[in-house]
Amino acid sequence: MFYGDVQVVWDVSFSVGRGEIAALIGANGAGKSTILKTISGIVKPAGGKIIFDGKEIQHIEPYELIETGLAHVPEARRLFVEMTAEENLDMGSLKGNAKKMRADSKAMVFELFPRLKERRNQLAGTLSGGEQQMLAIGRGLMSKPTLIMFDEPSLGLAPILVRDIFAVIKKVRAEGTTVLIVEQNVKQTLAIADRAYVLATGKLVMEGTGASLLDDEHVKTAYLGV
Amino acid sequence: MKKIAPTLIVAAIAVLPLLGLSTYILHVLILTIMWSVIGMAWNLLGGFCGQVSFGHAAFFGVGAYTSGILYNKFGISAWWGMPASIGVVAVFALFIGFITLRLRGPFFALGTLAVGVILRVTAENLPDVTEGNLGIMIRERSWVDKTWYFYIILTLAVLVFLLVKKVVGSRLGYYFVAIREDQDAAESLGINTTYYKTIALCLSAVITGLAGAFYTNYMGYIDPKVVFALHDISIVVIMVVMVGGVATFWGPVVGSAIMVLLAELIRSIPMLGAAHLTFFGVLLIVIIIFLPNGIIGDIPKLKRLLGIRKNL
Repeated sequence: MFYGDVQVVWDVSFSVGRGEIAALIGANGAGKSTILKTISGIVKPAGGKIIFDGKEIQHIEPYELIETGLAHVPEARRLFVEMTAEENLDMGSLKGNAKKMRADSKAMVFELFPRLKERRNQLAGTLSGGEQQMLAIGRGLMSKPTLIMFDEPSLGLAPILVRDIFAVIKKVRAEGTTVLIVEQNVKQTLAIADRAYVLATGKLVMEGTGASLLDDEHVKTAYLGV
Repeated sequence: MKKIAPTLIVAAIAVLPLLGLSTYILHVLILTIMWSVIGMAWNLLGGFCGQVSFGHAAFFGVGAYTSGILYNKFGISAWWGMPASIGVVAVFALFIGFITLRLRGPFFALGTLAVGVILRVTAENLPDVTEGNLGIMIRERSWVDKTWYFYIILTLAVLVFLLVKKVVGSRLGYYFVAIREDQDAAESLGINTTYYKTIALCLSAVITGLAGAFYTNYMGYIDPKVVFALHDISIVVIMVVMVGGVATFWGPVVGSAIMVLLAELIRSIPMLGAAHLTFFGVLLIVIIIFLPNGIIGDIPKLKRLLGIRKNL
């Protein structure tokens, strides 16, 4: 049984169950992205444990982490803009099993995002914002992760594209990948989340199922503006 | 045409000494080719891998002094300095990389800048090893005629060109570009960025060191101010690549031709010779404003500026 438990500098402790969509929500500067970066090893935690798939991973080098089955789709996409879309996807499957499965994974990504197939030979930097986000998600999926983390996938996208991206995230989970998502788009995130945590200035202030938080008075006033 | 163009260019350059060119012109050609070697080396690290070094004189100087010291202290032909410099510079670059590659962007640039200066001061103050400011003179020159030097550096340049092409086209090249574009993203995708940056640094340093060892043999005299020069080596190599085209194969070649010719041209102007750095500065400003990708990188833009358009 999959059990993730993260403890970051400010005594933040939370877990993500296998096959779930878990969400971290909160205002700017609450520490959401930092938590994701800590899990993926880019930021070193001052203390505490990160347990993934039964193993402590806080000491694993970031470049080795991808082989444990953890993928990170970072904020603002962070694509390799001077490589083509397809090369970006290849960069997502550099090691081990993911490399062997590259052709299959790519077909799967192209099925999920037909747009990327059309644009496979275009430089990533010349794609539209929505296409770039699709490519970033595709690149994350190329490593065949068991847990994929999305950092602000709706950032800077038109509302219609945001809806598409959330639909894709649901699809990703439906195909068996666990999802941890960090978002400022609280309403749509809670709508798809099985489990959600509210973060304020580096502390967890609330947790519950997506639906229950969506109904919560405090969440409504503080984050949904109703 | 595109495939055989490099072969044709090399062949055209290779027959030049047979035309009975003056010694001076041959000298300018040798310098141009040597600078394109250093430029290609810098470009591998700075252009493709994105680690901008302001201290390549350090590697050039270590290569040059490997040759010089072998000759001066051990009485071995300075030509042995070329193979020997490969090992010496590689070890030196590993050490420098261990310290500086933890730094990113401008901090790496500053770190390498310091390395260059530290080496100059060290070489100046270790007379037992380097003869200090007196420098090392190679008293027995291999040839008076420059033709052989020309072919040696041309061979090195062709080999380096092929090596860079091979590396950039390989998996290694993709990793370099990924690191340049986004180091954190590359790291989370499973690239050990420190490891690959070290490879880029070592390759770049070794090639630069080879050029340094050649320089000792060719010029027959080295001193710390010349081979560890900040302005005349570390900065000039950046200009060679910027003018020619960062992260392009032919950029360093074109850039070195322009920079060497320009330097020689300015030197021939009475009273202005010492001000060549001023001219380099002006050139750099012009390039950054009008051709930010360098001459090779901005060929389409260049055509437009010159009014050459494709027929519609």
